[in-house]
Amino acid sequence: MTDTNLGIAVHELHKQFKDGPKAVDGISLAVAPGEIYGFLGPNGAGKSTTVHILTTLLRPDGGYATVQGYDVVKQGAQVRASIGAALQEAALDPMLTGREHMRLQTALQGLPRSTRRPRGNELLERVGLIDAADRRVGSYSGGMKRRLDLALALVHEPRVLFLDEPTTGLDPQSRSDLWREVSRLAREDGVTVFLTTQYLEEADVLADHVGIISRGRIVAEGTPEALKAEIGRPTLEVVPVDPADRQRFADVLARFGPAASSAKPSAVAVLLEDGADALASVIRGIDADSLRMDSFQVHKPTLDDVFLAKTGESFAQGDQGASASSEDESLQPAEAPA
Amino acid sequence: MSATSTQVGELARRSLVRTLRQPASIIPSLLFPLVFLALNSGGLGSATRIPDFPTDSYLAFFIAAPFVQAALFATMGAGTDVAKDVQTGFVSRLALTPTRGNALLFGQLAGVLAVSLFSSLTFLVVGLVAGVTFESGLPGMVVIMVLATLIGIALSSIGVMLGMRSGSGEAVQGMFPLFFVFLFLSSLTMPRPLIEQDWFRTIATYNPVSYLLEAIRSLVITGWDGRALALGFGIAIALVAVSVFGASRAVRMRWTRT
Amino acid sequence: MRRFLDVTGAVAWRTIHHFLTQPSILVPSLLFPLFFFTAFSGALSGVEAIPGFDFPSGYAAFQFAFVMLQASAFGGVFAGFSIAADFESGFTRRLMLASPDRRGILAGYAVAALFRAVVVWVMLIVVALLVGMQIDGGALDLVGLYTLAALVNVTGLLFSAGVATRLRTMQAGPAMQMPVFLLLFLAPVYMPLELLEGWIHTAARLNPMTPLLELSRDFISGQPADLWAYAVVLTMFAVLALWALTGLRRAERAGG
Repeated sequence: MTDTNLGIAVHELHKQFKDGPKAVDGISLAVAPGEIYGFLGPNGAGKSTTVHILTTLLRPDGGYATVQGYDVVKQGAQVRASIGAALQEAALDPMLTGREHMRLQTALQGLPRSTRRPRGNELLERVGLIDAADRRVGSYSGGMKRRLDLALALVHEPRVLFLDEPTTGLDPQSRSDLWREVSRLAREDGVTVFLTTQYLEEADVLADHVGIISRGRIVAEGTPEALKAEIGRPTLEVVPVDPADRQRFADVLARFGPAASSAKPSAVAVLLEDGADALASVIRGIDADSLRMDSFQVHKPTLDDVFLAKTGESFAQGDQGASASSEDESLQPAEAPA
Repeated sequence: MSATSTQVGELARRSLVRTLRQPASIIPSLLFPLVFLALNSGGLGSATRIPDFPTDSYLAFFIAAPFVQAALFATMGAGTDVAKDVQTGFVSRLALTPTRGNALLFGQLAGVLAVSLFSSLTFLVVGLVAGVTFESGLPGMVVIMVLATLIGIALSSIGVMLGMRSGSGEAVQGMFPLFFVFLFLSSLTMPRPLIEQDWFRTIATYNPVSYLLEAIRSLVITGWDGRALALGFGIAIALVAVSVFGASRAVRMRWTRT
Repeated sequence: MRRFLDVTGAVAWRTIHHFLTQPSILVPSLLFPLFFFTAFSGALSGVEAIPGFDFPSGYAAFQFAFVMLQASAFGGVFAGFSIAADFESGFTRRLMLASPDRRGILAGYAVAALFRAVVVWVMLIVVALLVGMQIDGGALDLVGLYTLAALVNVTGLLFSAGVATRLRTMQAGPAMQMPVFLLLFLAPVYMPLELLEGWIHTAARLNPMTPLLELSRDFISGQPADLWAYAVVLTMFAVLALWALTGLRRAERAGG
């Protein structure tokens, strides 16, 4: 795809905050029109910074990006006119009602006076808030706030939608409601969606393509199916009773597949090439060497495994708090500490 | 132009609605100045017996204070409101619409203007009911309202500037004592010529708040005093110019977009 | 008794530590009384020219007496804020579980309140002497003055402790502050009682703070002191001690 195409195109994007690490360190990606792109990574990995650059709220240090064919640096106004963004949990005024938010947003987006009210009602209806429209937002649940946020982002019928962690902190029901609406937007209205998330499941359910980001770099990219297939084999983790036996364990396990990294320092791990079918042979092999095990665990691939495989650290460890805080500081306008 | 006026109008409406729905933020700004007025005009009533005191009603002398005090509260209110908008990301939401940054500032100030007119009117009515004679009559009262509103806008813009720059309601509230000091180290409780401590009179003479108070005061106890009015309005207008400029720059700083 | 003192010491140490290590608490509580003192005595010294103003030691000393009592009372009220904050954070629950004699907790806050008041007193007297305030009272008068201020301080604490133990939230702040504020400012703050007129004269005459204020002014100026004001403050002390202790019992019943 070339940069003149619609959708989103990002090339070698860089951003560094004062006295901070590189929040975005050479990111390139492409999102086709009407596609949902899941941008997956732990806190502080650089997801929000990227979104802020793509939504024109932040100027990159290097690289370039186009949204709907417009350059995010040179054609900010055109970019803003073609995008909608729900940037974070509470960018709402608790003192105003849902309808008042709509009124404000439709007016500020420059909708003709006569269409503001019908458009607002239509959107409130669509996200299931029409009955709550005259209640103050302060009394809304987390899910209702996110849905209102989404509806506000859609006021001017944007062709590209940015959602920054739209379901963080939501209960499962609200989460799947939101998922349904987002995929409807992409499938039926052909809206391009760029969504950041910390949840593999979310990316899995929603996204056509997933990019995994860690410390400002994309470490893996592809369809969820491809990503899962890549590490689709289960991992076996064995903890020896005597740590001195680690090497002997490793030798046995090596017969069943490549070594895998493990979050537990005492464990020896292997990616089972033949899947769970190999378990019986593994145990026989260990037994044949008279090795004693403290624990024996098999688990299916998770986000942790993808992340682990690509970065050598677990997702939880990868919670890149230090860089998150500097990112938060510099992005104060739109970035709440998680 | 019509787009801009729509933006300002809607944002003003929002600022007003938000203020009116938080009685806790508006009641103190009326109540405290009135309590303060009652306690001081009572406690210092006999001060009018000091030789050369310009009026025989301390209430009439002191009624200038609530107008300035209410502006102080409006400052804190506008500042914390704006800081909240920065914190919640509301400002970013606005920045993504075609709205101009200054529409937010002027919308906020229009809300302040409405509240300020209302509180000024309240103080005038309280004064009249309590028996204050306004020497400059009805036109003078109108001028008082205009001046009080200018002061409100000037100080609130400082609040907006602080809120925008810091993005922290606490940082804005933390400035309150400073404003408080400015208010007290002025001719708030005593006419400047009757302040006997030289150091205090010097500070009060250099403190612009003195002239704001004295302009309002002159309309109550003297009538039409051109010099006092020129000083008061001059300082108020200069403050408006400087603080609106500062606030507008602060808004632009937060309104970062390409 | 040992255990009582242990609890007292622990609570006092913690609260004092808090006070000293948090500039946002320390600085305002030092600066506000100083500011009131300089602002009032600076702006209003012309009041001395009013016929009938007969305080012999000058207007600064006249105001000093008020600021002393004000700072002392508010020092107590602010310690009440810490109690409310400790309830909110759950610290008090831990304390109540750990201490056999819960009155020791109250005593601990009282010690902290007094400490706070003493710090402010030292600042105030240093500044007052630097600006040349006149003190005409003798050593015994000063002992009387500071004893009175200490009683006012602990009385202020007992009042706010009673509120804090009943409401157990920081939202109770204004409920602690406003009554004390009104009581203080409905006394003859700026001029003697005889010069007050109208409703405020009536209010000041009925206000129990008035005799305390007049007594402290007598101490500073070395005039013969009307000691019955001690009876007033001791009565307030006793009543509010009961108020605080019953509040503590309520908090115990509510499980901290």
